[in-house]
Amino acid sequence: MSDIRLHAGAAAGALAPREYHLAHEPHPENGTALGFWLYLMSDCLIFAALFATYGVLGRSYAAGPTGAQLFDLPLVALNTAFLLLSSITFGFAMLEKQKKNVKTTLIWLAVTGLLGLCFLGLELYEFSHLIHEGAGPQRSAFLSAFFTLVGTHGLHVTFGLVWLVVLMIQTARHGLIPANTRRLMCLSMFWHFLDVVWIGVFTFVYLMGVL
Amino acid sequence: MAGFVLSIILTAIPFWLVMTKVIADRNTAVLVLGGFAVIQILVHMVFFLHMNGKVEGGWTLLSTIFTVVFVAIAITGTLWVMFHMNANMTPEHPQVPASAQHGQGAAHNAAP
Repeated sequence: MSDIRLHAGAAAGALAPREYHLAHEPHPENGTALGFWLYLMSDCLIFAALFATYGVLGRSYAAGPTGAQLFDLPLVALNTAFLLLSSITFGFAMLEKQKKNVKTTLIWLAVTGLLGLCFLGLELYEFSHLIHEGAGPQRSAFLSAFFTLVGTHGLHVTFGLVWLVVLMIQTARHGLIPANTRRLMCLSMFWHFLDVVWIGVFTFVYLMGVL
Repeated sequence: MAGFVLSIILTAIPFWLVMTKVIADRNTAVLVLGGFAVIQILVHMVFFLHMNGKVEGGWTLLSTIFTVVFVAIAITGTLWVMFHMNANMTPEHPQVPASAQHGQGAAHNAAP
């Protein structure tokens, strides 16, 4: 072993620089999609744990306000509409992406981002309103579980928005190169996934909380 | 586009059900709402996330099924165990009515 190393060291000057990476890494075709999907599934487990926590604690009001007293359903309906619409506009962006149309892709992405921002703004308004009414996360186990679950979803949307803005800049500067289309595909999966989680949130937290 | 329309309908109906209080019985309402949520999640999976058995040679579907099974076991298991634990808990403070399932938690929180 040392012989070989010495030999290699002595010959290093004469030889071409060594290649430590293969020129073509053995990536399976479209492997990113599966890997990202596995990430989403693990994210799903986080939400499952938070939903289970909410399921256990969701009726422990500690003599505090209940969901039926706190939740403003028209506001939640509006919020749900924003997120659903942002999912469909992202779908439009992906269709334009397939047509290799940079400008319309960017426009649809911007619309998606605005809708996401509306969703987030409304959610923050709701949170600040609740905290203002004295129904903050420290009030009862129900509110702790509520803020953790809905807040985690909101945090995901926030990071999705950051990612969206970064990708819009990337696409504007470099166009729809393969790397960017791959990233857009991942973000699209992430965004639709957040929408799916929101279905669970509005059904099990808001609607069933009001019942 | 079909997915979008379906998803709007599937969102509108549960909100309408709850906001107009069509179903009086709470348990029925919970079952119906849960049913709508499951259907809508399936619609999203198929129409928006383009889920089927062929993508990635079926690995995507397989990992999803695994996750769904895992999530189902985790959530129902948690609820089941915690519900029974609450029901079987002896009340710490006798002056608090033991009838409430959350008697123990309420007793803790009610204490000054």
